[in-house]
Amino acid sequence: MDSPIVEMRDILKRFPGVVANDRVHFELCAGEVHALLGENGAGKSTLMNILSGFYRADAGEISVRGKPVNIRSPGNAIALGIGMIHQQFRLIPTFTVTENIVLGLSKLAFSLDIRAMEADVGRFSRSSGLTIDPRALIWQLSVGELQRVEILKVLYRGVDILIMDEPTAVLTPQEVKELFHVTRAMAESGKTVVFITHRLEEVMEIADRITVLRGGRNVATLRRSETSIRELAVMMVGKALPPDTAFPPAEAGDIVLELENIEAGGDRGQKALDGLSLSVRAGEIVGIAGVAGNGQRELAEVIARLRSVSRGTIRVCGKDITNREPLCAIEAGVSYIPEDRFGTGLAGELSVEENLILKEYRHAPLGRGFLIDWKKAAARALELVEQFHVKTPSLGAPANSLSGGNAQRLLLARETAARPKLIIAAQPSRGLDVRATEAVRTILDSQRRVGAAVLLISGDLDEIMKLSDRVAVIFEGRIMGIRGRDRLDMEAIGLMMGGLGESHDQA
Amino acid sequence: MIRLEKRTSTSMAYQVFSPVFSILCAFAFGAVFLRVSGFDPVDVYVRMLTGAFGDLYGWAETLVKAIPIMLCALGVSVAFRMLLWNIGAEGQLYMGAFGASWVALSLPEAPAVILLPLMVAAGMAAGALWALVAAIPRAFLRVNEIITTLMLNYVAIYWVEYLIYGPFRDPSAYNFPLSVPFAGAARLPVIGDTRIHAGIFFAILAAALLVFVLGKTRWGYEMKVLGDSPEVGRYAGINVRLHIVVALCMSGALAGLAGMSEVSAIAGRLQHGLSPGYGYTAIIVACLARLNPWGIIIVSILFGGLLVGGYSAQFIGVPAAAVNMLQGAMLFFVLVAEFLGRYRLSLGGSAVEEVG
Amino acid sequence: MDGLIWISLLSAAVSAGTPLLLAALGELLCERVGVLNLGVEGMMLVGAVSGFLTAVATGSVAAGVLAAILAGGMLAAVHAFISVTLGANQIISGLALTLFGTGVSSYLGKHAIGVPLPVAVEVFPIPVLSAIPVLGDILFRKDPLVYLSYLLVPALWFWIFRTRYGLNLRAVGESPDTADTLGINVIATRHAYVIAGGMLAGLGGAYLSMVYTPCWIENMTAGRGWIAVALVIFAVWSPPRAMLGAYLFGGIDVLGFRIQTLGIMVPSFFLKMLPYIFTIAVLVVFTAYTSRRHALGPSALGKPYERE
Repeated sequence: MDSPIVEMRDILKRFPGVVANDRVHFELCAGEVHALLGENGAGKSTLMNILSGFYRADAGEISVRGKPVNIRSPGNAIALGIGMIHQQFRLIPTFTVTENIVLGLSKLAFSLDIRAMEADVGRFSRSSGLTIDPRALIWQLSVGELQRVEILKVLYRGVDILIMDEPTAVLTPQEVKELFHVTRAMAESGKTVVFITHRLEEVMEIADRITVLRGGRNVATLRRSETSIRELAVMMVGKALPPDTAFPPAEAGDIVLELENIEAGGDRGQKALDGLSLSVRAGEIVGIAGVAGNGQRELAEVIARLRSVSRGTIRVCGKDITNREPLCAIEAGVSYIPEDRFGTGLAGELSVEENLILKEYRHAPLGRGFLIDWKKAAARALELVEQFHVKTPSLGAPANSLSGGNAQRLLLARETAARPKLIIAAQPSRGLDVRATEAVRTILDSQRRVGAAVLLISGDLDEIMKLSDRVAVIFEGRIMGIRGRDRLDMEAIGLMMGGLGESHDQA
Repeated sequence: MIRLEKRTSTSMAYQVFSPVFSILCAFAFGAVFLRVSGFDPVDVYVRMLTGAFGDLYGWAETLVKAIPIMLCALGVSVAFRMLLWNIGAEGQLYMGAFGASWVALSLPEAPAVILLPLMVAAGMAAGALWALVAAIPRAFLRVNEIITTLMLNYVAIYWVEYLIYGPFRDPSAYNFPLSVPFAGAARLPVIGDTRIHAGIFFAILAAALLVFVLGKTRWGYEMKVLGDSPEVGRYAGINVRLHIVVALCMSGALAGLAGMSEVSAIAGRLQHGLSPGYGYTAIIVACLARLNPWGIIIVSILFGGLLVGGYSAQFIGVPAAAVNMLQGAMLFFVLVAEFLGRYRLSLGGSAVEEVG
Repeated sequence: MDGLIWISLLSAAVSAGTPLLLAALGELLCERVGVLNLGVEGMMLVGAVSGFLTAVATGSVAAGVLAAILAGGMLAAVHAFISVTLGANQIISGLALTLFGTGVSSYLGKHAIGVPLPVAVEVFPIPVLSAIPVLGDILFRKDPLVYLSYLLVPALWFWIFRTRYGLNLRAVGESPDTADTLGINVIATRHAYVIAGGMLAGLGGAYLSMVYTPCWIENMTAGRGWIAVALVIFAVWSPPRAMLGAYLFGGIDVLGFRIQTLGIMVPSFFLKMLPYIFTIAVLVVFTAYTSRRHALGPSALGKPYERE
């Protein structure tokens, strides 16, 4: 084997309360596709953030092309030929593709010749196999196109070691195939690609070599040809995978949520929901699968009454709440766990206690007339915190001092304590570690058991498959098709997510 | 290892530290300025202190100046809690003065027992309505209230000027900008020989009410939620627009009350220069006191003292503007204090014990 | 003659609009980089008083202008330190600046009240251009500061939209974290433009005290700084539109004076209210009828930047 193009030795990185990288070793060979595999929280992103200059390691050494280096900033890393593409894209929505790609380049002239730059970017995108319109505005592009711009951004800067953090999370199965194709082409042309992922099948398909991390430490580094999915799974999790915890189905009851031909606009004036119809029954979980940006957020907002519809009706337990105010939905028994935990769901500076009573303060026993009984509120808060295992130094601590997992527990505690009839859960386990994710899923399942209807919106297809009784695929604001748990077919679902396949198959 | 760590919450100690630090720093800064301008800072400050707090007369005058500041600042704090930047307290004060004057001048024969409550109502209503002009566009059209409330200040002052030189003019005042003087019944009662008037009870009552509303009522809780995140409030079903309008109108009403009390108890007529910038001072006071109602009362007294002390300093040639400068500087230091309060020196790791 | 009155009015509008334009251009730069500066009024006043006092002391207009620019810049530097470096609430910081700047200017200006300006700023009709009928009389019979403001508009437009530094400027105002990862120094960039904005505001103030009404009066800006802030919204953060808006507001300002000469009897107080009422009206109508994106400006406006 040639000498490695990148070597990371004894990397140590600590964050408050956790050791993210505990003396980790990592080696990259030129021209390979290397998968960095591990569960959420294993330390993969942290390690690569250190390599690409976004974090500084507390200890350890890095060599690139045989020479020891000190990578202090993303700029340093790019100068060394190392570039990272994060899960959250770092693009400026109001700029064009060209402006985003060209921003910050040292070789830029004082006066910008926009036409020439656009032509150059256009040429470059075509020759890299990542065709994109150089004059398009970022906010108009689809997620797959945004990713292409991100890749072009680093390639344009002469990067030949690319790091991609969970790149397939936001793509349709067809787009994933395209990405793999491009990745292979890059490797063949001499570039080195690191794929950070937790998806075993993808690893086996694309990687030459695989490094597995667990709990911030190395587990193994092997060639793809030397291992199997089963073996990787065991290494990733640390013990044999528990039997697929598919929650057994419950009895579906009456219709709780009924959406008929909903049309609604998005923030940019586009049509986000375009004739969407759907129903959810008590005691069932309906999962909404789809690539981000196809109307999921608007769907949740429309039901929670944070967005108005231009057409169609929304009924909860038979009651028409179309275009009524949010309080109406709350009183009809709707609970919403928003994707944006702290922007929409929890008031960061307010205490845990104050956040917990947000749903119940209007009625007895917490609300008496126009007053609030704070003694009862404290008792109730304590009860919920214990029941849901929310780790917090005190009831008075501000909500934004909680970790992601505990904040989500807090949110769930509040929303489910009010005995909702309908729960809308948007990306409920995003960014959470394994334990918190399990907790979230268990809570949703137990709500289903007591008869709540759950609408689960998630970008994680695995999660949808695991939890849902029925899976509905959303594309461009419409439901393309609904499959029951027994009829789940990845290929068909993938096609629907990409806009092809059956449509208006209402179950 | 010593590092600068971000705090997760603000302690009680900090709440007191912040205004004290800001005031002391501002005075230190002011001392430099005075020295450079050829004054002896110690001499000036001593004069100010004795002028404001040295004797009973000083104290009384300090309180007199503090009353409108208290009322305006309490009003401003209501708006600021909701992140509504009401810069229009000055104009709302003038409109309150106008409202009260109109009632007083329209009913010159009425007995005090009817007249005074009517004047209070008119003053508060006028202030609230003036704030409403900015509140509606803000609540329904998201129009920036900073600019609208500020513009309305100028309009209100010109409106009062118009009245004083025009319809309300006192014909026996030889073209001085003065309205017809109010009848005795239109004057708020004072305490003893001083000019301290009933307005102080209004202020204390307002502070107590504010504490109650914020701490115990549903409305107050909703305000707190909105003050942290209007989005979260909306999501929770809180009527955001109603809150915006009510908060701004309450803010205006309190400033209007200040105007009423100035015009009724102090001036006795509608006149030029009713307020030496109480509405703006109120903003500084509210920030210094970190929006705490009782803190506002205390800091207002301090600022009243600052104004009275400033008059004393004028006797040795220190311009009145020095007080404005000091006030502005204090606001700067409040921000610095806030920054300092967000961080702390930590020695080693932190152990956090957990509940639940 | 009707025509002459109109030309005179429009010409006066340009003069009256110039301090607004200068202040608005400064605020525009500041907001484009993501920082809200509500201290424009204070910066204009310190610029006005510094320029005036320096011109009186030195007998040089140039020295006065320089002093005004420096004064505005220094006050803006304080705002930059508090809002950008310390990351404090930009609204309060700006307000503090206005209050402080107003106080300082009154303090320093105590000795300037009633003092006449020893030098006058000459009017230079530009050869050829000033001979153009109508337009020549309105635009090209002015003093050098007005001509400077004419040049600043296209120059700033070019800077913002056609240079690499302008690209960086806009990037910092839209998405500072993205700009940061690409190697752009967000803090330094913000400091630079906030101070530049203050300098322009100071220059606007100097125009008032040295050219428009050559004298010093306490609070002589009378809220123009605030109108400039409103103007920036109305101009959608674009220099050419700011120019249009400034002259429009300038026109409203002088209209007040002129209406009485036209024989229309309105009490003078209402005329004085006109610019302020007009500002509110324009702001409300504009905000109501523009898309959200347009009306809110650079995405990162008003939010302090903290590196994670």
